[in-house]
Amino acid sequence: MSTGAVTASAIAHESALVRNVMRWAVPIAVLLLVVPWIVPPYTAILLTYGLIMAIAALGFNLLLGYTGLLSFGHSAYFGVGAYVVALMVKYLKVGSMELFLFGAIIGSVIVTAVFGWVCVRYTRIFFSILTLALSQVLWSLAFKFFWVTGGTDGLRVPTPSLLVGLVTGKGDKTDFMSHAYYYYVLVIFFACVVLMWVIVNSPFGKALQAIRDNETRAEFVGVQIWRYRFVAFLVSGVFTGLAGALWVPLNGLTTPDIIHWSFSGEMVFMTVLGGFRSFAGPIIGAVVFNYLKTYAVGYTVYWQLLLGAVLVVLVLSLPTGIVGTAGRLAARWKKGS
Amino acid sequence: MDVLVIHLLNALLYASVLFLIAGGLSLIYGVMRIVNMAHGNLYAFGAYVTAWAIGSVAAGAPTALLLVLLPVGALAAAVLGAALEPTLLRPFYQRAEEYQLLVTFGLLMILEDLLRFVWGPYPLSASEVFENFGSLTLGDSLYPTYNFLVIGVGIVAATFLWAFIYKTRFGVVLRATSQNMRMASALGVNVNRVYIEAFTLGCFMAGLGGAIIVPGQSAVLGMGIDAVVLAFIVVVVGGLGSLEGALVGALIVGVVREAGITWFPEIELAVLYLIAAIVLLIRPAGLFGRP
Repeated sequence: MSTGAVTASAIAHESALVRNVMRWAVPIAVLLLVVPWIVPPYTAILLTYGLIMAIAALGFNLLLGYTGLLSFGHSAYFGVGAYVVALMVKYLKVGSMELFLFGAIIGSVIVTAVFGWVCVRYTRIFFSILTLALSQVLWSLAFKFFWVTGGTDGLRVPTPSLLVGLVTGKGDKTDFMSHAYYYYVLVIFFACVVLMWVIVNSPFGKALQAIRDNETRAEFVGVQIWRYRFVAFLVSGVFTGLAGALWVPLNGLTTPDIIHWSFSGEMVFMTVLGGFRSFAGPIIGAVVFNYLKTYAVGYTVYWQLLLGAVLVVLVLSLPTGIVGTAGRLAARWKKGS
Repeated sequence: MDVLVIHLLNALLYASVLFLIAGGLSLIYGVMRIVNMAHGNLYAFGAYVTAWAIGSVAAGAPTALLLVLLPVGALAAAVLGAALEPTLLRPFYQRAEEYQLLVTFGLLMILEDLLRFVWGPYPLSASEVFENFGSLTLGDSLYPTYNFLVIGVGIVAATFLWAFIYKTRFGVVLRATSQNMRMASALGVNVNRVYIEAFTLGCFMAGLGGAIIVPGQSAVLGMGIDAVVLAFIVVVVGGLGSLEGALVGALIVGVVREAGITWFPEIELAVLYLIAAIVLLIRPAGLFGRP
């Protein structure tokens, strides 16, 4: 077979893939655009939380789904994003969202570079425990250095101004969060989705998947495993840090709880809920988990029990998550008709 | 001088309880290659059952009777473990590690809320035993006598476990299964039975840790989650799957924690996690682990 034929079929495959994705992505994007005008503000704010967590989960899944590394310490990078913003407010009196995002990206690049340098030497269970231990270092610092971080009281973050001061949060906060801030998050969410799509379908992304599937072979082909894993770790952490920075003005407060390893567990949960073997899995998982948790917390004090049971049933019987299961059902239905 | 002795005793106290928790975690990993994230909850379960037994059910009884009731928590944790292994964990041995971590994380969430459901959100104390023991005079300072009992139980447990693993027939079977599960199975070992026994023993140790610490502290929600992270540090330092490692790791963590609480309280936990990270960097399999 000539290489030309391979490339042509690959391109045909690729464009079929893109068409397939567009059929789903376009209606969902349109729906997301009109949401604040058709649902009550509270629902829109909940969705904003969901979209922010989707950015974090998208970053997280670059490691779990594409590189095959299960991090139990992603709360650290989320927390770095959030605390950088809170400390910028406290010490630098900054109020611009763009500066927040810039600061959070710088902060999470530094922290993920240091943590990643240590962690990517390991795989499997050792990687999980090491990321967990390092995230707990940050948690204990945020917890103990109360004169800087406010300890368990946390730090308050006021409503920021968007687009270099063009949109300010003066007036009704609910209205601001459910409209202006919702669109702000939505645009960043779209940008993150496109960026991640490009990353996982680039030669770099393919190399990561090769490492995931067979480390030895990937090494023989000439992939520098350590370097690829490190870059994946960096990108993953920065996505999560960005989500942390977007989360904190919406929440208005940051506490050490978001650095604690149980919050990392929630990120793992939402990714598995959506399905970590697919691109859209973590996005859907994050949004669904956010609703699930909100209603479970509102419904019963034993929400952890409920979510824990969901998680156990999920890994026992639906390991491919929502997206994988829906895909299987759709395939069966197509075959049946 | 007395101060130093007291610090040493406190370090040994932490180390005893940590060894019981981390030793069980390591034993389970050594035999079954599964890291049980809910292991801390079994420790908490042991603490709650004992606190409930001697703090409310048998409150006011003579100290001797209360001491007899002390291991109830450990037995309860063992029973819980024996019920969990075949039902929840067994389907996961053939699957990827990620799923094993996830299912035990789900179990952690469930157990945490079950404790709240059964015993309510308030701390449960069993300080009667602790107070009845009184205290000893060490130079100019007082030290609670009960803490010696905890240290003693830690030492006895470590000795028994060593004898059990290295001197009994069951220990041989356990080690054989740990080294090569298929080969042991081919030679006629009932692997399923070994797994359930190892898991039960690990849970018993965690429950014992909770049972002996609860008179001195009290059973609170979240104690399991805090404990399991410390136990992770112990096994990372000592080497996952190694009991000697769990012992040495527990002693190191016990000493560092006591020193941290005394001299650098702000960064005590950070130092512990950093030690774990440094050990992993230099010896990825831990001090006593098999690479």
